[in-house]
Amino acid sequence: MKPAPFDYYAPASVEEACQLLADAGGGATVLAGGQTLMPLLALRMSQPFVLVDITRIRALRGVSRSGATTRIGPVTRQNEALADATLQQHQPLLVTALRHVGHHQTRNRGTVGGSIALGEPAAELPATAVALGASVEVRSVRGTRTIPAQELYFGPYATALEPDELLTAVDVPEWPAGTVSLFREIAMRPGDFALVGLTGALTVADGVVTRAGVAWFGMGPTPIKARQLEAALVGQRVDALDAGALTELAIADTAPFDDLHATAEYRRTVGRRVFAAALGEALNLRKAA
Amino acid sequence: MSEHAIQLTINGRAHEARVESRLTLSDFLRGDAGCTGVHVGCEHGVCGACTVMVDGAAVRSCLMLAVQANGAAVTTVEGLADDDGTLHPVQQALRDEYGLQCGFCTPGIVMTLASLTGATPATDPDKVMNALSGHICRCTGYQGIRRAARRLAGLAPTQGAPTHG
Repeated sequence: MKPAPFDYYAPASVEEACQLLADAGGGATVLAGGQTLMPLLALRMSQPFVLVDITRIRALRGVSRSGATTRIGPVTRQNEALADATLQQHQPLLVTALRHVGHHQTRNRGTVGGSIALGEPAAELPATAVALGASVEVRSVRGTRTIPAQELYFGPYATALEPDELLTAVDVPEWPAGTVSLFREIAMRPGDFALVGLTGALTVADGVVTRAGVAWFGMGPTPIKARQLEAALVGQRVDALDAGALTELAIADTAPFDDLHATAEYRRTVGRRVFAAALGEALNLRKAA
Repeated sequence: MSEHAIQLTINGRAHEARVESRLTLSDFLRGDAGCTGVHVGCEHGVCGACTVMVDGAAVRSCLMLAVQANGAAVTTVEGLADDDGTLHPVQQALRDEYGLQCGFCTPGIVMTLASLTGATPATDPDKVMNALSGHICRCTGYQGIRRAARRLAGLAPTQGAPTHG
């Protein structure tokens, strides 16, 4: 057996799960699908004393709408979310991102909330949550709070969640009509973690960009919100955009690193091309619409 | 370290067992249930050799704990062929199209293809081809695997590719 020993619990309710996390005093890890956690356990990079499997909590599964917000239960499997009619209609960027999450076989187990709570910096869903301005609802025996996605990530696998807190919902605002998606990912093979990834949405009204949310993945220790790019885009006429200047602004907030697969300079170079291609694709789609 | 009583169905037969919490489903299927067709390659979710069906969906059995399969119906490669030895259509297609060499990765690929091509209505051919990205074949026999998958997905054989020997 490769993982270190642990106690396993599969609570049936959120209250029970929160109590287990509180009782473990920081020694527990939440199992929400396990497609990243199980390798960490097998390699003993993670050695929790207690594993709290939340996938049997039915209240944490499924997609609903309230006003202009889509709420996704954290243990909704990634392939279930991909096939969900509500998400297809109201969250097209999220559906595009989901197609790139892992492989078909891992999407059958992996969950939306698991990916967002874990904070892998090269993963699609945390960056997409940041780009769209999503927030997460978090519960513990101490109470409930809401954390904006852009304040959730501190570093690789390091998040604002306290050890006794459980992510209980992902709330994604629905962007208005006239919104187009930007999404590009470069990986060694389809389904692998991104070397460089871009995810975002632009709202265009009467030829003017009225809202922009763009984030990078695989381009730093966390998802990177392209703040300078967003600020430069809003208020601009689409037919007067300076693609060259925007491309430099797009990568200005990134902090890529060298690793086994690519150098930081390679990532920046590819990032520029990825952004230029995604922007061109989004705006041509917009013109054709 | 906790132990758990589990009940599950493996290839149509009911099983009961006591398992340690950290036992993976792949090790349980091989060691306890005798399903050695479940091949364990990387043991951390990269290679796809250990793929089985859990409640009809293809999953990596090394990325699941045995205790998580409590109440589930698991199908391994041993559960596909008929009792008289007649191969499952996926197995037959891989055989006909030379979709294997050493065969180590094959049970996982068979389970992915069986989970998708047995579906009604028929699964999107692109989905079938994309799902192959979840498997690594170190013999690099991908062309034969792709031919078999294309056939199963109802696509025309790849141009210029050899078919039945």
